[in-house]
Amino acid sequence: MLPAVDVRKAHKRYGSLHAVDGVDLRIEQGEFFGLLGPNGAGKTTLINLLAGLARPDSGQFSILGHDVVKQYRTSRRLLGVVPQELVFDPNFNVRETLRLQSGYFGLRHNEAWIDEVMHHLDLTDKAETNMRRLSGGMKRRVLVAQALVHKPPVIVLDEPTAGVDVELRQTMWRFIQQLNRDGHTIVLTTHYLEEAEALCGRIAMLKQGRIMALDSTQNLLGSMAGVRVRLKLAGALPAALLPQIAEQTGEDYLLELPSYQSLEPVLAELRMDGVEIKEMALEQTDLEDVFMRVVGRAC
Amino acid sequence: MLSFYALFYKELLRIWNGGIQAVLAPVLSTLLYLLIFSHMLEQQTEIYPGVRYTAFLIPGLVMMTVLQIAYSNSSTSLSASKITGNLVFALLAPIAYWEFFLAYVLAAVVRGLVVGTGVYLAALWFAQPPMQFPCWIILFALLGGALLGSLGVVAGIWAENFDQLGGYANFIVTPLTFLSGAFYSIHSLPSFWQQVSRLNPFFYIIDGFRYGFFGVSDISPWLSLAVVSGSLLMLAGFALALLKSGYKLRL
Repeated sequence: MLPAVDVRKAHKRYGSLHAVDGVDLRIEQGEFFGLLGPNGAGKTTLINLLAGLARPDSGQFSILGHDVVKQYRTSRRLLGVVPQELVFDPNFNVRETLRLQSGYFGLRHNEAWIDEVMHHLDLTDKAETNMRRLSGGMKRRVLVAQALVHKPPVIVLDEPTAGVDVELRQTMWRFIQQLNRDGHTIVLTTHYLEEAEALCGRIAMLKQGRIMALDSTQNLLGSMAGVRVRLKLAGALPAALLPQIAEQTGEDYLLELPSYQSLEPVLAELRMDGVEIKEMALEQTDLEDVFMRVVGRAC
Repeated sequence: MLSFYALFYKELLRIWNGGIQAVLAPVLSTLLYLLIFSHMLEQQTEIYPGVRYTAFLIPGLVMMTVLQIAYSNSSTSLSASKITGNLVFALLAPIAYWEFFLAYVLAAVVRGLVVGTGVYLAALWFAQPPMQFPCWIILFALLGGALLGSLGVVAGIWAENFDQLGGYANFIVTPLTFLSGAFYSIHSLPSFWQQVSRLNPFFYIIDGFRYGFFGVSDISPWLSLAVVSGSLLMLAGFALALLKSGYKLRL
């Protein structure tokens, strides 16, 4: 089966900045894929290269087997992009905006789908409202609707929930998850790592234009197997446990243990030394831990 | 071609949504020129045999309006979309560079012609210039609008902010239109300035356009047609090359 997105040996420089540095990436059809990285990691540049918004210095990019440069008409019809910036044309209302976007993609009679997209994104009441009069969250919904107006099989969302309230986030994710279940491939960049952890089946982590980690979300989380114990003690931590300290603030300790089985010896040590436990909490490894370890790693 | 049609329609809808002032404001400014210049200079001798100054002035003002409106339409629309970021919606779509060019230029021509027609109709209250050769009038109006629409596309691509865009209008388009013979026949100029005027492509547009009204002109309309067509081909080629390369649009 053709990959939804295929990037090979991609390079893009802006002056001395190597924004995308030899990226190889293959995203299969139907995936919900996460592209994570700190600001300036090259996520948006990579998306712009895929969408034809930027010209690569070298490398090959294709959407469902169609080269984004040589077969740009087909590849762009197969791709829907929600840009990161909150941009809009103040000359038009919501319905006009979506009709025009349909027209750009060669669709003339698209009213039924426009109505459906507006319904799913709670935009129906605002259909005749000028874009200038919409709140930031509403404008973000229109951006999503514009990306979906031509029913693209591959949808790229570049930080679609930045600055968006919880209600909209949930509405949007429900709709996007439905699209994913219907077979659309979703590529997501987000700063909300809990979103990526909850939604994405696979994740690539970028730093300085390079992919630092690429695996299933489960495997990435598993790569940091272990248990973290947060303790508030009535005395000092026994010397035998000092190597396991991850953080310490006064009597508050965060210990990193290789497994749940290691917890019992820690408790026994505290008991033997007569150190009273005031509070104790177990913490699971989350994507943020993995992210911090990966992007914090030297290149 | 549906993508082209949608982009063209978007440009027309943008003008339409702009309201009646999109047409009335330039008509009013041009009528003020006509009022002042015709009042001051009507007593002058005939510019061409049997053509009083006010009648002579009308085609020049109409064409000057067409040129300025066509330029400002494509340059402002493109640069505003680029600077505010909403051009991304067209750039993400499967629109060929030549469709992009055609949509902006045709919309510029349409708006230029609509406003030019408004100016002409309003100016009839002052004088009624004859229409000797309507085909030449239409031809030069189309070519002039397309030339300035193309120049507007180039400026819109080039400008990185509204100050730069204003600079192009103030330092290139306005001087070239004012020094194009819109208000005078170049035969009234000293020889040196007559030669300088012949380097200005806008002069050929206005002179050829005026020929359509009066059947007389400062130079042969065929020469004007050749110069204007050649200028349009060169400028359109340059604009198309910029769009094809993605210069300042696809970074």
